[in-house]
Amino acid sequence: MKTTYREAMRAALREAMQRDERVFLMGEDVGRYGGSFAVSLGLLEEFGPERIRDTPLSESGFVGAGIGAALGGMRPVVEIMTVNFSLLALDQIVNNAATLLHMSGGQFNVPIVIRMTTGAGRQLGAQHSHSLEGWYAHIPGLRILAPATLADARGMLWTALQDPDPVLIFEHGSLYNVAGELDEDAGAVGIDKAALLRQADGTADTVTLITYCGTLPLVLEAADQLAGEGIGTDVVDLRTLRPLDTHTLLDSVARTHRAVVVDEGWRSGSISAEIAARISEQAFFDLDAPVERVCSEEVPVPYAKHLEQAALPSVERVMAAARRAVGAGG
Amino acid sequence: MSTLRGQTVPDPEHALHLLRQMLRVRRLEEKCIELYSAAKIRGFLHVYIGEEAVAAGVMETLSPEDAVVATYREHGHALLRGVSAGAILAEMYGHAEGCCRGRGGSMHLFDAATRFYGGNAIVAGGLPLAVGLALADRMAARQQVTVCFFGEGAVAEGEFHESMNLAALWQLPVLFCCENNLYAMGTALGRSESQTDIALKAASYEIPAWAVDGMDVLAVEEAARRAVDAVRSGGGPHFLELRTYRFRAHSMFDPELYREKSEVAQWMERDPISLLRGAMQAAGQLPDDGWAGLQADVDAEISTAVGFAENGTPEPVSELARFVYSDRLEENNSGTDIGKEPGKGGAAE
Repeated sequence: MKTTYREAMRAALREAMQRDERVFLMGEDVGRYGGSFAVSLGLLEEFGPERIRDTPLSESGFVGAGIGAALGGMRPVVEIMTVNFSLLALDQIVNNAATLLHMSGGQFNVPIVIRMTTGAGRQLGAQHSHSLEGWYAHIPGLRILAPATLADARGMLWTALQDPDPVLIFEHGSLYNVAGELDEDAGAVGIDKAALLRQADGTADTVTLITYCGTLPLVLEAADQLAGEGIGTDVVDLRTLRPLDTHTLLDSVARTHRAVVVDEGWRSGSISAEIAARISEQAFFDLDAPVERVCSEEVPVPYAKHLEQAALPSVERVMAAARRAVGAGG
Repeated sequence: MSTLRGQTVPDPEHALHLLRQMLRVRRLEEKCIELYSAAKIRGFLHVYIGEEAVAAGVMETLSPEDAVVATYREHGHALLRGVSAGAILAEMYGHAEGCCRGRGGSMHLFDAATRFYGGNAIVAGGLPLAVGLALADRMAARQQVTVCFFGEGAVAEGEFHESMNLAALWQLPVLFCCENNLYAMGTALGRSESQTDIALKAASYEIPAWAVDGMDVLAVEEAARRAVDAVRSGGGPHFLELRTYRFRAHSMFDPELYREKSEVAQWMERDPISLLRGAMQAAGQLPDDGWAGLQADVDAEISTAVGFAENGTPEPVSELARFVYSDRLEENNSGTDIGKEPGKGGAAE
């Protein structure tokens, strides 16, 4: 069946609301407006204002209320319009959602799902273009999901709702309109493992391209073009940024002996830094070349199209990094 | 200054119970200070001494199925909600027998059995949780009340205002209890707020709100009962400003440079325990041996609790990483459906 990332997310929300009456969606403009990215369009009419709950612009208040509702036995899905605004709820996410289970000695788990849009690329300027999912992946107690594919857009939410602990789902703004084929019976997917989306054949020069969420499409395009140059690629979609499935990464690097990490976050202190560190810690002797990284330039994301594009990972930069890795490997 | 409203204590048995409750908190915390000085317990220690009438009066009006959210000055709330003094002290010792198995400490006491949701040490951070607990009750059509305690310092935080608005907008069954002890650490209310009438702030959100003498346990109980009854019967959120005073320092590291000793002494004349005791004696309801017996009972309880904590076992270091994520195959308190296999399909398979 033909669908889009947005429609797949909506189908996931609808299914969750139908299957579990404890599930409700809460956030700014999720109801009458139809969702600021139109993900929840039509759900208010289907489920009513109690379960498709518009909130005031009070990120800390309604995220905290979601945590409280989860403690009270509900299964809230809280939508924060973008990751940029989630910073107003950082206290609730980091000091409460992530800590309550531990601080209470295992008594109070927090089964909340918090969804938000992330990323740049739409000329929205610095305050609407952050990619901070790597920050959140720093926090023990949280599970961080970053669906890049239609199957994951459709399937991660239900599994996240079964998780007894807080789950954050990051949806890259550039993905909502991505269209493609999805099985009619597509449903819940696992959230524990990274996905090896493409595997290098017996080509002499091989490299593992590691990415997630919004940069997956450009990495796949780079992989296609690299194949034309005789460079074979493994493409790993991380899917879950915390806990990281290191096993799948190391498996691939053991075969290709080279790695390029592609991350729209800034390089310093990023999830790409964590991945590079793990590869060097655990697969040092498998490597034929230093780990390469393609990240955003370390500037607040600018408005002008040419400046913004220059700041973000691109197909060209990924290809250049892959060539360097292969070249360095001799 | 040394009178309780009306001078009369209508039900001697109940008054004695309230006196006992306040004395239990007082003696527990006096013991905490002693144990802190002896380095038996560490971290921050914030005692409630002087404010006992607030927790004692409010807790009296709750049912077991109600929920309580408190602050980092919560030993008394935990004790009066039903957490044992032993479990509280063992927690401060960092022992496995503590109510949070040594992971919370003085500022983070939690107890699922009594629906005691902390022990929240970010000022105003507990208010949105209380709103959410009340939202869950409302959505599940349960006739339960969530009571949220916080200090007057919290009213300067955005989370206070966001929570007032949400609770009122959605007419949620929550009782906000602002323990106004006049100082946020060392900053006096008048030095941090342009409007110092706290009940008025809540009222501006269309929440019924009024101020209560927080040193008079009978007045607190009466006000709380009225408010809890209204909340439980669908009257939406209510707000009490409980005017009280902290007799001791903010924490064990506070030299108290910000207030005069005479001010403290003046408030100590309205010690909530002395006030009730005096009123009961004046009414002939508390013979000398009654007071002595009460003290002996409470001392015995605390002494037993100290013994329990002393004899506890340190939570093993091998358990350090537990409770970061749920043990997925165990049952848990939120009734989560866990251990279910997710369906097949998608990129991961």
